[in-house]
Amino acid sequence: MGWGVALHGGAGDIPRDLLPELCQLREACLQRCLNIAIDGISAHKSPLDVVELVVCDCLLIHILKSNVCPLYFTCSDPRFKGSCPQSEASGFHVLLPVVLTNNGTVEMEACIMDGSTKNRGAVSGLTTVVNAVSLTRLVMEKTAHIYLAFDGAEAFAREQGVETVDSSHFITPHNIERLKQAKAAHSVQVDYTQPLPIVDEPQVPNGDSQIGTVGCVAVDSSGNLAAATSTAGLVNKMVGRIGDTPLVGAGTYANKFCAVSCTGKGETILRATVARDVAALIEYKGLTLKEATDFVIKESTPKGTTGLIAVSAAREVVTPFNTTGMFRACATQDGKKEIGIW
Amino acid sequence: MGGWAIAVHGGAGVDPNLPAERQEEAKHLLTRCLNIGISALRSSLPAIDVVELVVRELESDPLFNSGRGSALTANGTVEMEASIMDGDGRRCGAVSGISTVKNPISLARLVMDKSPHSYLAFSGAEEFAKQQGVEMVDNDYFITEDNVGMLKLAKEANTILYDYRIPITGLESCAASVESPIHMNGLPISVYAPETVGCVVVDGQGRCAAATSTGGLMNKMTGRIGDSPLIGAGTYAGELCGVSCTGEGEAIIRGTLARDVAAVMEYKELGLQDAVDYVIKKRLDKGFAGLIAVSNKGEVAYGFNCNGMFRGCATEDGFMEVGIWE
Repeated sequence: MGWGVALHGGAGDIPRDLLPELCQLREACLQRCLNIAIDGISAHKSPLDVVELVVCDCLLIHILKSNVCPLYFTCSDPRFKGSCPQSEASGFHVLLPVVLTNNGTVEMEACIMDGSTKNRGAVSGLTTVVNAVSLTRLVMEKTAHIYLAFDGAEAFAREQGVETVDSSHFITPHNIERLKQAKAAHSVQVDYTQPLPIVDEPQVPNGDSQIGTVGCVAVDSSGNLAAATSTAGLVNKMVGRIGDTPLVGAGTYANKFCAVSCTGKGETILRATVARDVAALIEYKGLTLKEATDFVIKESTPKGTTGLIAVSAAREVVTPFNTTGMFRACATQDGKKEIGIW
Repeated sequence: MGGWAIAVHGGAGVDPNLPAERQEEAKHLLTRCLNIGISALRSSLPAIDVVELVVRELESDPLFNSGRGSALTANGTVEMEASIMDGDGRRCGAVSGISTVKNPISLARLVMDKSPHSYLAFSGAEEFAKQQGVEMVDNDYFITEDNVGMLKLAKEANTILYDYRIPITGLESCAASVESPIHMNGLPISVYAPETVGCVVVDGQGRCAAATSTGGLMNKMTGRIGDSPLIGAGTYAGELCGVSCTGEGEAIIRGTLARDVAAVMEYKELGLQDAVDYVIKKRLDKGFAGLIAVSNKGEVAYGFNCNGMFRGCATEDGFMEVGIWE
């Protein structure tokens, strides 16, 4: 039995007429992240290390989450140079994938879970930490707690010496523009809006989150499973809003049966306890991973709200979604490889 | 079968040396809250309103670890959290990091009913509270002398104290100096569970609801979130049941306890008591916790694998019970 990995860059109403250059860029980024995952797991890194690495790295490659022409804005932080050769070669710059609250601030959250031990760590309300998921790992390993948030989490980050930047780093003209549009529409959405030119904002039921989350799941050749998810949540969300991502059982979950990472409308994922349900169906009803995820995506959650990636101890790898599209990539040791948007 | 049912809890994991007066006080409070819930149910108040009402009462009383009487953070302040879930439609609301809202459970209800989200925390939640015009008080309101004393003890023992109510005079029996403390995430922790409070109800129409509220762990890090506000972990309500948990937050989260009770009912088709027993026996591994649950058939059940749980339950056909030990 070999390894399996899957990663996602968010599910949502991704327009099918997305500019070809953007498609290519995103696919190139997905490919790159997939390669990082494959390299890690083939080199016998633990699934926990692999998911952390991939989610951190994905974060540096914004394009998965941005849906506008990157020429629209740039990030001059030299650390990000060289992160995405394709994007730089075509003149695009790497950006930070964060969206803004209704106050124009940034609040990020993440969660990591180790299927073999069911240990996990989660953080919410981060404003200056570059790699939220690495902080979750520290919460898991260095504190007596599981979940730290806001000021407490920021203080802990400083204590641990993790990399922080000024929160203004995350506030780009693009994000500000998106926030303006969301406010104008009185909507709370991370929707697929093309600011140039302005098109009809695809109306999402209840106007809730679609894109803006990154996740990775992995299973190694010994059957160890792990999952990690990271996000900035919804554009125009209320300050202090916590979504599904950091909540074990909702957006992220791993046990000895499977590892799951979700994306989509946070409030829906939470109420349907999506990630846990996939595992529960396998454990209690004896369904396969595919049957369990199909059920959850088709029956437990309304259309247009949810996407997920999952791997199982039986080495199945699935990436179902009930939205228009989901940025995703997956691979297994026996050669299966897939990158997709719709 | 059928008819309403209600259960309340005031925390799992009780000091075996708890003085008799404290035990009586606890039982009185549980009885009083149970009766409040029962009157409400008799006047046909829906389950979701009943759980909120009862938990408000528990929060206002300083006896248990929620609202007034909450455990203190390492900074000596109070940070409360709560969640509520309406099985009818599985709507939910949760709050964390609350320091000036008099009744966190009511704020959680407002998040569910009046905001586009399901979970608000810290300053954002306090802002929302102000906008909603809920009753706000100074953080001092929640702090009791007992707790200030307990925090000191906890710091001295350098552990995260489960039960902040260990009598100050009985240091010999204090868990902080117990021979083989339980370890939580590698740090020693005393044996006693924090007295989180909760209520679950199924009303005459078969609708289930659940609510949980707490101040968290004594001497916890600022910003620490436990199981109580996490839907699926500390609280859950669906079509089949309503569940509220208490005990080691770590174990409850890892076992997604509340959701699992519902999941084994849904997917393994177990009855309520069997589901509760299964989850307590199989989902806690080395952790200690307890829970209360009701089913849409009008049944009530509870279970715990630790030393006692403050609880009370009642059903429409006249059954009523308040207890602490096995």
